[in-house]
Amino acid sequence: MHTIDHAELADVFNKDEARVDWHDETLWWIRQKRDKAVNQLPEWELLRETASKIKENVLSNLAGYLEEFEGNAQKNGIIVHWAADAKEHNQIVLNLLKGKGINKMVKSKSMLTEECHLNEHLEHNGIEVIDSDLGERIVQLAKEPPSHIVLPCIHKKKEEIGDLFHEYLGTPAGNADPQFLTETARQHLREVFLTRRAALTGVNFAVAETGEFVVCTNEGNADMGAHLSEIHIASMGMEKLIPKRENLGVFLRLLTRSATGQPITTYSSHFSKPRSGTEIHVIIVDNGRSQQLGRPDFRNSLKCIRCGSCMNTCPVYRRSGGHSYHNAIAGPIGAILAPNLDMEKYADLPFASTLCGSCSNVCPVKIDIHQQLYKWRQVIVQKGYAATGKKAAMKMMSLTLASPTAYHLGGKAGRFVMKYAPIAVNNKLNPWYKQRDMPEPPKESFGEWYTKNRKA
Amino acid sequence: MNVGLFIPCYVDQFYPNAAIATLQLLEKLGVTVTYPKNQTCCGQPMANSGFEHLTGGCNELFIKNFSGFDYIVAPSGSCVLHIKEHLHSRQHEDEAADISSKIYELSAFLTDVLKVESLPSKFPFRVGVHQSCHGQRGLHLSQMSELVAAPFSKPGSLLQMVKGIEIVPLNRIDECCGFGGTFCVAEEAVSAKMGKDRIEDHLEHGAEYITGVDMSCLMHMEGLLNRRGSKVKVLHLAEILNAD
Repeated sequence: MHTIDHAELADVFNKDEARVDWHDETLWWIRQKRDKAVNQLPEWELLRETASKIKENVLSNLAGYLEEFEGNAQKNGIIVHWAADAKEHNQIVLNLLKGKGINKMVKSKSMLTEECHLNEHLEHNGIEVIDSDLGERIVQLAKEPPSHIVLPCIHKKKEEIGDLFHEYLGTPAGNADPQFLTETARQHLREVFLTRRAALTGVNFAVAETGEFVVCTNEGNADMGAHLSEIHIASMGMEKLIPKRENLGVFLRLLTRSATGQPITTYSSHFSKPRSGTEIHVIIVDNGRSQQLGRPDFRNSLKCIRCGSCMNTCPVYRRSGGHSYHNAIAGPIGAILAPNLDMEKYADLPFASTLCGSCSNVCPVKIDIHQQLYKWRQVIVQKGYAATGKKAAMKMMSLTLASPTAYHLGGKAGRFVMKYAPIAVNNKLNPWYKQRDMPEPPKESFGEWYTKNRKA
Repeated sequence: MNVGLFIPCYVDQFYPNAAIATLQLLEKLGVTVTYPKNQTCCGQPMANSGFEHLTGGCNELFIKNFSGFDYIVAPSGSCVLHIKEHLHSRQHEDEAADISSKIYELSAFLTDVLKVESLPSKFPFRVGVHQSCHGQRGLHLSQMSELVAAPFSKPGSLLQMVKGIEIVPLNRIDECCGFGGTFCVAEEAVSAKMGKDRIEDHLEHGAEYITGVDMSCLMHMEGLLNRRGSKVKVLHLAEILNAD
């Protein structure tokens, strides 16, 4: 069965080289802002190590912290729900809204709801959802998924956003002034905030000892939605816990410096109990996380705090775009999370990397992303999701390389490497040659030279 | 000191000059070098493609060829990293572990073991240094731009010993070139674009040569340079350190 594949989507993305350059430079600029910010903190590496250790502790004691959080949240008057998977999560949201006779909801940014495809589910059931994060609103108008977890519309140029606003929000044609467009969105969203009875937000951090949760935004849109609605639903991946409130300092210092180079998000809002006459519901979602926790090689991917720095630094992401990962979460982190959910569908993602290791180095919680990409490749091949041609080539290659006689014969017969590597995957139309010349084969191999020039 | 010389398969087959320079340089520095003739490959092309389970034969052969040396040296960061991280054997695990602890990439061997402080080499050209990821981020041959840590570079400090050389600055000091083993064909579009962007950086800064510790990255960039008819050449670090 042929499924969508990163390489093919990346190939399409690369048809417009100027756009690739623009995309690459935009994200590299953010990587540079991150570098500048982190270099102002001599304790940066210690912060990363501390955050990593805190999250390891959380993952090792997750059940205990979840119950502690649930108990304390309930004491505060928050209603806690548990969802085993995306379907249950979506149903809980729908039931809450239906129970109150609500058919319109405002939603601030939550990658979990993207992962669960909540919007589609609600719209299918007659609920209108408006995303209030500006970038999210833009991709929502464009009927596209976000291409980046922090910068959802980073793949869109301002002119394209101007066209969308012209079409949907009635701005003058051809106006692509960012300030004007932002003001338009602000007015449009203001009306939404004022009229919605329900607001959904994500959760960046849930504090076990206090039962509160923290939502980080730059636009204050989570607060606007939550404070103006009578029901606030917070969707939370079950790995979002931290043990104590004092741990927050570590994570808040890391999160936005890693994400955009800002010292902290403009708003880091703590929600601990509902205002009188309103409700707060937290939905704690598993959706494959328990399974990932049970995979020793991949469990620490659950340390992720969704800063997106691995995407900004990834030379492949920058040149293939977020949509080429055909998953809610793109980039290197997406490539190690997605196969857990569907190994066949996402079998291509761990291969969409050169294993350069830059992602692991920028990760604020020190996830060994590139090592996990390597390990996923082994798992995917072992489970039988590699192409048949590739299997045969690899078998042939391993036999030849395990035998000095075969290797030397192969070398003489037209340079072994020319035949198998790096062309091992596909010999039909050598993709190496499309944009690159082949190396000039030398008169003799080093082995042959050595025999002539050095006494054994 | 008895050193076993490990020449990666594609260097043996395509870039014998890099291997010869490595051998001559080590000999010049007083090292007794042996090249085990039955060597082939470290197994990385299979392993990085997800077929590590097929590398058993390569591993056994590698252990047979390279057991018993004081050190094993190779002009490649990538292949050395692979051996360090993935050389295993059911029957000969002790020998495998011994090899993993004794194998060095050339610039690390010169810097950390031989503690070379001067070289008799001369190379009066403008040179761009490509940081190959596995050598840099895997073996820590140079400091990585992502970390808040003091800069250093093993290949860089060796190049500083070469008379007449001018190292050109780069906009992005350690971005991947996009070779990535089978990635270079499986993800042809992104691979080629990454390589083009890398060589553009070197060309913009007037490099006459691009060097590095891994011929694989250089082979990829050379393919792109030659396709555009550029006069800029690639040379392995050993060839510059051995130049006179």
